[in-house]
Amino acid sequence: MYEFNYQKATSIADAATKLGAGADTRLLAGGQTLIAAMKLRLAAPTDIIDISDIAELHGIKAGNDGLIIGAMTTHADVASSNDVKKQIPALAYLAQTIGDPMVRNMGTIGGSIANNDPASDYPAALVGLGATVKTNQRDISADDFFTGMFMTSLEPGEIIESVSFLKPKRAAYMKFSNPASRYAIVGVFVAETGSGVRVAVTGAGACVFRVAAMEKALAANFSAQSVAGISVSSDDLNADMHASADYRAHLITVMAKRAVETAVAG
Amino acid sequence: MSVRLSMTVNGKPVTTEVTSRTLLVDFLRDQLRLTGTHIGCDTAQCGACTIHMNGRAVKCCNMLAVQADGANILTIEGIAGADGSMHPMQTAFRDHHGLQCGYCTPGMVMSAIDLVNSHPDPDDAKIREGLDGNLCRCTGYHNIVKAVHAGATAMKKQ
Repeated sequence: MYEFNYQKATSIADAATKLGAGADTRLLAGGQTLIAAMKLRLAAPTDIIDISDIAELHGIKAGNDGLIIGAMTTHADVASSNDVKKQIPALAYLAQTIGDPMVRNMGTIGGSIANNDPASDYPAALVGLGATVKTNQRDISADDFFTGMFMTSLEPGEIIESVSFLKPKRAAYMKFSNPASRYAIVGVFVAETGSGVRVAVTGAGACVFRVAAMEKALAANFSAQSVAGISVSSDDLNADMHASADYRAHLITVMAKRAVETAVAG
Repeated sequence: MSVRLSMTVNGKPVTTEVTSRTLLVDFLRDQLRLTGTHIGCDTAQCGACTIHMNGRAVKCCNMLAVQADGANILTIEGIAGADGSMHPMQTAFRDHHGLQCGYCTPGMVMSAIDLVNSHPDPDDAKIREGLDGNLCRCTGYHNIVKAVHAGATAMKKQ
C-alpha cells in the first residue's frame, strides 16, 4: 500500500470539507473493499477521511411504513436488526448473505452502494425496493443512483448519509452465489411495493438493472409461473470464469422464479 | 504520515504512533509481538488473522491499525484464563483434533467464540455458516465443527 494522509472526520460537514481538499481524497467506511484495493495498489488515494466516528451515520430508524438505515451501519447490524426482520425480512436476509461473518462485521451499506460493485447485493435491494439515497446535498432515487460498473450519480464531495426503504407488501431476494466469495453470480430482488412490482437483477450485468417484462407479468399475476417463461437476452451480460453470459441469463429466470415463490410464501 | 493511536489490547492499554498505512495485523504482530494472529492469504479470504474488535470477529489483515483507534481488541493471546488455563474453545479444539498443522487455528478459535457468543446453541449448519470466512487447508472441517459443538457446550458451563 502506498503512503497516504489519514484524517478522522468529526461530522458530516467536517468530512465534506476534508473531502474537498487533497489531490485524490477518498472516504473510508468499513474499508472491506477499499483497503484490499489499496493493498493491491489498484487504489492509491493521497488522502483518506475516516467517517466511522460520525454518530449520525450509524444506526437503523424504524417508522410505521419503513426504515432509514445510516450509511455506516454494518451488514451484520442490518442482518440482525429486529426492525429490519419485521419490516423487510428480505433485506435482513440479503445482508446475511454478504461475504462472511467478519466482512459483515466491518462492511457498511453506504460503502457498498458507493462502490457499486456489479456483483454486490445491496444495489438489488435498493432498486428492487425503490429506495432513496440521502446525501449531504440531496435525495437520489435508487433508479438514478446506480449508473454503471463501479459508477454512481454521486458528485465529488457528496457523502451518503442514509438509505430510506419503504416497507413493501411482500419481497424476496434470491442469489446464486459464487461459492468462494459469496458475491452474486446472479441475484434477483423481487418486491411488490405500494407503487408497483419491481424486479432488480445484480451480478448479471455491468450494473444492477430492472426487468420490465417480469414486472409487468407479475403486476398482472404475482406468481412464479408468470416469470417462468420470461428470459433476459444474454447480449449485454457478464461472462467470466465463473459463468457465461448465457448461463447468467438462464439464472435470472431461475432466481426470479425462486424469489417470487419465496415472496408469495411470506 | 504518523498517526497517534490508543487502544486496549487483551485488557492492556496501548498508546503509540503508527504510519497511517500500517495494517492492524502488522501492528499486532510486529510492534506488539502478538504473533498468534496469523497472516494467511493477506487478502481477507482465509480468516487466519481473525481477532475481536469491540466483541466482534474481524479480519485484521484487511483493516488499518488506525481503524482500531479507541477500540477494545482481543487476540488469541488474550482468551486464556488469568491462571493460564486454556479457553474452553481451545481445549475443545485440542480434545477433538480440530487442527492439523494449526496455522488456521487462531482464526478458527476466534471466529468460533464470536459465533457461540451470539448463538449459544449452534447446530452443524450454523457452525459451518459461522466459519464461512475461515479456510483450513488441511481439510479438517469435520473435526473443527465437532470441536465448536464441544466448545459451545463447555462455554455454557463457564
